[in-house]
Amino acid sequence: MARKGKHKRVPKRLPRRRLRDALIGYALLLPSIAVFGVFVFYPFAKDIQLPFYEQPESFGAIHRTARYVGWTQWRSVFTSSEFRNTLLVTLRFTVLTVPAGIALGLLLAVVAHQKMRGITVFRTVFSSTVATSVAVASLIFFSLVNPVTGLWRVRVGGVSLLESPRWALISVAAVTIWQSLGLSFIVMSAGLQTIPDDLLEAARVDGATPRRVFWQITLPLLTPTLFFAFVVGSISSFQAFAQVDLLTSGGPLNKTRTLTYDIFDAAINKGDQNRAAASAIGLFVIVLVLTIVQLRLERRVRYVR
Amino acid sequence: MGRVAFTHVSKRFGDTVAVDDLTLQIADAEFFVLLGPSGCGKSTALRMVAGLEDPSDGLIEIGDRVVNRIEPKDRDVAMVFQSYALYPHLTVRRNIEFPLRTRDVDRKTRKELVGKAADALGLGTLLDRKPAQLSGGQRQRVALARAIVRRPAVFLMDEPLSNLDAQLRVQTRSELVSLQRDLETTVLYVTHDQVEAMTMGHRIAVMSNGVLQQVGVPQEVYDKPASRFVAQFIGTPPMNVFRVENRTDLVGVRPEDLTIDPDGPWPATVFLVESLGHERHVHCHTPSGDDVVVRQAGMTVSPEAGAEVHLNAAAGAVHHFDAETGLRNDGA
Ligand SMILES: Nc1ncnc2c1ncn2[C@@H]1O[C@H](COP(=O)(O)OP(=O)(O)OP(=O)(O)O)[C@@H](O)[C@H]1O
Ligand SMILES: [Mg+2]
Repeated sequence: MARKGKHKRVPKRLPRRRLRDALIGYALLLPSIAVFGVFVFYPFAKDIQLPFYEQPESFGAIHRTARYVGWTQWRSVFTSSEFRNTLLVTLRFTVLTVPAGIALGLLLAVVAHQKMRGITVFRTVFSSTVATSVAVASLIFFSLVNPVTGLWRVRVGGVSLLESPRWALISVAAVTIWQSLGLSFIVMSAGLQTIPDDLLEAARVDGATPRRVFWQITLPLLTPTLFFAFVVGSISSFQAFAQVDLLTSGGPLNKTRTLTYDIFDAAINKGDQNRAAASAIGLFVIVLVLTIVQLRLERRVRYVR
Repeated sequence: MGRVAFTHVSKRFGDTVAVDDLTLQIADAEFFVLLGPSGCGKSTALRMVAGLEDPSDGLIEIGDRVVNRIEPKDRDVAMVFQSYALYPHLTVRRNIEFPLRTRDVDRKTRKELVGKAADALGLGTLLDRKPAQLSGGQRQRVALARAIVRRPAVFLMDEPLSNLDAQLRVQTRSELVSLQRDLETTVLYVTHDQVEAMTMGHRIAVMSNGVLQQVGVPQEVYDKPASRFVAQFIGTPPMNVFRVENRTDLVGVRPEDLTIDPDGPWPATVFLVESLGHERHVHCHTPSGDDVVVRQAGMTVSPEAGAEVHLNAAAGAVHHFDAETGLRNDGA
């Protein structure tokens, strides 16, 4: 009886207090809402709106305000050969960086997972690139291959690595792999640590060579980690910008013009924010799809013990 | 061929001495139990036979080979882990098959051997499941099947029953014994459960703090414990060990051998009587300040708490242990 009464009274008795709680709650949230609003929500909404208008400057001084062009600009951006080239370069870049980055990180993790004297030194060294930003890594590489003062004055076909249409993207990818190796190593090490020792021991007693233990036990049990690294790595490759900007500025012959660099180039260098916004939404959709795939499949690749 | 021998084997982890100068021989086709409390080094001893730990000192032999420098995969042993260590990404069939695949056994033979092992353990209908879809008891069977599928020289088992519920444990205990009898293969079985040791082992070895205390057939270890530690580790409730007037050593009497007898030599004060239905445990203080337990049949008339009584035991049931070393003292 008493209980029933209490239940009924709750919403009636407290509207004022609820209102006050709500106000305090929103007041506390306000700073983050403001920051997110200014730097995330508003730009995002604007980004969707922009491509429907054509850049005013492109009509000379006559049109000061942007002109509504509907879906035309979306279509023109996504069907342009430039966009296709950027997408292709980005894909190529992803293929160059992600699998190699995972494989190298795994290799180092397996080495560091051994019970050996002084192994902590190696662990520290292997994870050290985490403390390096992409920009710093790029600058180091840039000075390494500097055609005049660099330590690696490698020349291919009469030009330096970063000027060679053939090698520029590979070089940028190499820097990226190197810079992200620390993180990849840490992720792979964490993954290895989730594999119970007794499974590996059981496999050894069951007659497996170290190679077989790796391919038939370790690697399959690492699938969730590999999958995670693959998706996260792809997303970050799709967003790669600083290394391209610093090392090649998209050149030579647009061979390193990745999606993010192209967006930056269009918006800032060429001043056409409306076209850039359309590309940005394209990038957003790709990353969104990758994220959904990650979330959907993550549970399926996990083994229950 | 399935003989196992430890010769002056020690294993140190930094400052910890996990196994201290162990010398022990296990005969072919013997069911041998290593028994001891948690942390006494029994798993370490077993793992050295498997090759998962290297001895710091001493020799380990399997059959007529010294195996110290031989890889686990080449030792011709199979191990059942406490956690079962089933490969979670493989089906039951592939789990059982794994030791055969690693040894490149051909497909037809594999199928035949897996079928046999699965039949022996009643796993016929579960072969296509993954370990996660099995109950604890079923997993334990898969682990056993994986061990027996290839006839190794020695089975190593590290507390394989400890994750089962009490009822299943009793059942599996007897199944393991008959399995071993059928296979006629050496089993080195590690447990901290003295009931498992007593009921399953042809011989048992009791360890404490890395040191071997006693080796013998279960009855012998029970009847003539070599030290106070062994005496109190085996038997429930444990053997009473207490000081008596005019003796420097300790007297040990098992609760079932101790009687309440007005003519007995040892005075005591009852402080608690527990009834378990079929038996009673009468807890007493001795004048020397030790607590002892008298185990009585359920029908007996027991004294009340607070009663002054005398205790007695048949001469053959009284053990003596050195007060300092705890070692058995038969001379006195
Ligand atoms: N890898 C290791 N590193 C350091 N110390 C270890 C290691 N393995 C075991 N020890 C130590 O060696 C001693 C014996 O361990 P062991 O695992 O053999 O005990 P156990 O008798 O099997 O105990 P339990 O019944 O709890 O399994 C313990 O003191 C333990 O802490
Ligand atoms: Mg153990």
